[in-house]
Amino acid sequence: MESEDDFNSARSTDDEMMDDVESGYSDDDFDDLEIGEEEGFDAHDKITATQKQSYEVEFKVWTPKDIDEAQLRLINEVKDVLGQSPEATAILLRYSRWNREKLIEQYMDNQAAVLEGAGLGESNSTEARVQTLTGFTCDICCDDTSPMTTFAIKCGHRFCIDCYKTYVNAKVTDEAEAARIKCPADQCNRIVDNKSMELLVPDNLTDRYHELLVRTYVDDLENLKWCPAPNCEFAIQCKVKAKELKKVVPTVHCDCGHDFCFGCAYNDHLPAPCDLVKKWVKKCEDDSETANWISANTKECPKCASTIEKNGGCNHMTCRKCKHEFCWMCMGVWSEHGTSWYNCNRFEEKSGTEARDAQAKSRQSLERYLHYYNRYANHEQSAKLDKDIYVKTEKKMTQLQNHAQLSWIEVQFLDSASKALQRCRQTLKWTYAFAFYLERNNLTEIFEDNQKDLEMAVENLSELFEKPTDQLEKMKVEMMDKTAYCNKRRIILLNDTADNLRKSRHAFWSNDLGA
Amino acid sequence: MALPKRIIKETERLMAEPVPGISAVPHDDNLRYFDVTIDGPTQSPYEGGTFKLELFLPDDYPMTPPKVRFLTKIYHPNIDRLGRICLDVLKGNWSPALQIRTILLSIQALLGAPNPDDPLANDVAQQWKEDQNTAIATAKEWTEKYAKA
Repeated sequence: MESEDDFNSARSTDDEMMDDVESGYSDDDFDDLEIGEEEGFDAHDKITATQKQSYEVEFKVWTPKDIDEAQLRLINEVKDVLGQSPEATAILLRYSRWNREKLIEQYMDNQAAVLEGAGLGESNSTEARVQTLTGFTCDICCDDTSPMTTFAIKCGHRFCIDCYKTYVNAKVTDEAEAARIKCPADQCNRIVDNKSMELLVPDNLTDRYHELLVRTYVDDLENLKWCPAPNCEFAIQCKVKAKELKKVVPTVHCDCGHDFCFGCAYNDHLPAPCDLVKKWVKKCEDDSETANWISANTKECPKCASTIEKNGGCNHMTCRKCKHEFCWMCMGVWSEHGTSWYNCNRFEEKSGTEARDAQAKSRQSLERYLHYYNRYANHEQSAKLDKDIYVKTEKKMTQLQNHAQLSWIEVQFLDSASKALQRCRQTLKWTYAFAFYLERNNLTEIFEDNQKDLEMAVENLSELFEKPTDQLEKMKVEMMDKTAYCNKRRIILLNDTADNLRKSRHAFWSNDLGA
Repeated sequence: MALPKRIIKETERLMAEPVPGISAVPHDDNLRYFDVTIDGPTQSPYEGGTFKLELFLPDDYPMTPPKVRFLTKIYHPNIDRLGRICLDVLKGNWSPALQIRTILLSIQALLGAPNPDDPLANDVAQQWKEDQNTAIATAKEWTEKYAKA
């Protein structure tokens, strides 16, 4: 059994065997996604299994080794062009954020300026790094023991080697610095080079140091990002740029099993684009439950729209904020009530009607939000429940194998079904956030139809999934059909929205009101 | 914990060759804790005032910068209501080769050259940018009120 985390988005290799639609999407490595991989299994799905869906983006998973090698390759290529040592080249490349063309161009243009900027400036000191001196006082610890082992990089700022080591260690451990540690002297911008670092970093920190060095490579490159899953050490390469995020939702799948959005590193949020997701998550954080309560218990001041809870007293309300006096029953101006206090019989008055209209409008926008939020939250919740059921079912899968004499591979349909449910619910969840911001037009109708179809397919499958284990065996074929159908509906919906997004055909509300 | 040689030396030197306009005296019971006074620089709104500060040397000093805070109220865009100071050498630009002496000199220089573009006290900085004369007048007023005891 996988852990909770990767269960959520895991797509282990074995489920590919059961579920072809999914493998079409299972882009562990898009390069390898060739025809023939799925041969021998459900032929009707072959079309989807062999071509890239329009909601998918190209990406590649990098292992720590790949990252290391890519760095070394680049350093070796550039060092010959620049005529520098590998250490200096590494510093220069980090300085230019691994932009090889820019570095070479600038270097050829003004060598001295580049060297100075990267902290490799010309130095008047050519002394060896480590020296044992007499009569030397270290400016850091004020120690003047003679003779003393001292250390300096090319800038010639010399300190005792213990202080130098402590300094470097503090930078590595406390500040997670590696590639851009400066000489400890005040105002000196010279960077401690790789070779010196190897000498200064103690054995127990070398791993950490190298990890940090590797990290600068990924952090510096725009098309490389770390997989955000806990303890995952892979990086993902994807060409989608930040400015394209309004048109593409670049969902990538890490080899560790985690699905995430390359644009914002949030969990898979297809089909909604990043900016909507950000807006939606923020909105839900601050007002979902509160909005519920407000909707049920309060009204707004007809003048300044402050939210008011009436917790006792008469209907003559005075707004704390704007001092507007109104009637709680009809929301009309109080002065128009004349002497018939505490008994509102002015229901048809114009001011009251207007106030109620305004009120109704603001309520409506709240209700609209709650409509989408409740569905969003519901799918999130259901996905959790489906998962719970699966955990139980998994135990029974073993029983099923024993009782019904089914082989392991024959009960995998449950696994596929569960994964399809999880993934489809994840998508459905975000379709509601998406729909909340979607302006009404013909495309919205199509979108909602797709949403409805997927939702029905998911609920049907979910229902089957809840059946007692002893009935599951008989429903195997039905369940497999429904699983395939769910996955297909999901792909249809995602392709449709992805195409429309790419062509900027969808219109979004600029405010949250949906009006 | 024994006091590192570095701190002893620095303290000795601060006592033997004090910086004009600055004093730093360690507490008897905690030699890492200093009572500091800085005189307002001439031709600044703080001229004539004597400002009290506290300075603490953390355990990993000099690898990490000393912690310094104004105790006297002061109207300055880079010093907030709690006396915290926004100064590069007290943060990212700290170098272990810097000393208490150099840090206090930097703080004195900051009094002479406020930098409203990198503010800590936003209200003060805004005032400083919008109407520098009024801001300087307020700074003088505060110096008169709080820094001349």
